[in-house]
Amino acid sequence: MDKQQAIIDEIPGLRRFARGLSGNRELADDLVQDCLERALAGLGTWQENTNMRAWLFTILRNLYFNQLRALSRRPNEISYDEHQELMSGTQPTQMDALMVRDLESALNQLPYKHREVVLLVGLEGMNYKDAAEVLGVPTGTVMSRLSRGREMLKNLMDNDNHNGRRSDKPPLRSVK
Amino acid sequence: MSTSRHMSDADLNAYVDGELDDVSRTELEAWLATHPEDAARVEVYRQQNKGLQDLFGAAIDEPVPEKMLDLVKNPRPAKSAGRPAWMQTAAAAALLLAGSAGGWSLRGLQDAPQIAATPTYVERAAGAYTVYAAEVARPVEITADREDFLVAWLSKRLGNPLKAPNLNSLGYELVGGRLLEDSGKPAAQFMYENSAKTRVTVYVLTYEGKDTSFKFSDTSGISVFYWIDKPFAYALAADLPRQQLEEISRLVYENISR
Repeated sequence: MDKQQAIIDEIPGLRRFARGLSGNRELADDLVQDCLERALAGLGTWQENTNMRAWLFTILRNLYFNQLRALSRRPNEISYDEHQELMSGTQPTQMDALMVRDLESALNQLPYKHREVVLLVGLEGMNYKDAAEVLGVPTGTVMSRLSRGREMLKNLMDNDNHNGRRSDKPPLRSVK
Repeated sequence: MSTSRHMSDADLNAYVDGELDDVSRTELEAWLATHPEDAARVEVYRQQNKGLQDLFGAAIDEPVPEKMLDLVKNPRPAKSAGRPAWMQTAAAAALLLAGSAGGWSLRGLQDAPQIAATPTYVERAAGAYTVYAAEVARPVEITADREDFLVAWLSKRLGNPLKAPNLNSLGYELVGGRLLEDSGKPAAQFMYENSAKTRVTVYVLTYEGKDTSFKFSDTSGISVFYWIDKPFAYALAADLPRQQLEEISRLVYENISR
């Protein structure tokens, strides 16, 4: 029962991370549902006193990665336009809506390995050690990917502005 | 005031992420006070985090869907929840046919009197697990980031096309693999690890003999499921209870025969 509650406690974070990864609410919740099924089926392999959160995020991340790989083997399954359509549908609330769209589009342009670490640390607030566990890489790799990912996001958003697109908007750094 | 060392990108990120201790944080804040460009970057990173929350954070406040709660609170029996897909595959049917009348009943098979002594490769697989799974610095020769090369190389040495099974769905990621020697012949070992650092190895060698269904051995203190699926013999080894290893061996089998 404790294990079940521990899993339930992580669901909101899993849903948020899955939305960040997939960019789509329905896809994200399907991913979480699959993740929970896997977790319950494999609960026997989960060891007491190890990190339930990192374990669940690892499963979810691996499921998503497998789906991506499956899609990339069958590239015609989802066209680019369909993908873009699937990616839309989030509702920015506090930040300027266009600015958030810029961030979203920049995020979608990040290579997968940078996107996932930016989401785990920047969105989920996961510490470096746990993120390293989820991604199966050393902490130093988490740090270098994170640093690179944030710099890429920054440059992508700066470029959008410099190229005159939405030039009426100030660059992100001046947003209060 | 100036600080004694130059702050790196990693320092700025660690500051944003609350990964610095008090001393380093104080030092970094002093640095930011005199380095406006770095201070601006810190602000950009913070705004990125805030923007990510604006994009995706709503998930935190939404009630958890009933479907998810129900799944966790009332897990269905393992048969329908965990392993439906592969049970329906032709591969599974083939395995059942290859097995005895006991089919998937592993215990029945193991207890059957006609079962011969454990083949030597099973002991080799258990031995190789003991030696290499305990290895911290260099558990594998070729790491998983060169998976294509690893598989191509081992396939060439074993003389038949190999596959590195994908065990991600059970939380095990490929660490890498190595070439081993077994009675003068080449054998391959793939190593996997889960987030709890539990390691599992898949040992493969080219083998003459009839296909067999899964058999279990723990004579060497390591759990091993082994089977023959021509042209290879497989042995899955781990320091895990039989039941857990059984689940993994099903996935390995499903993966390889796909």
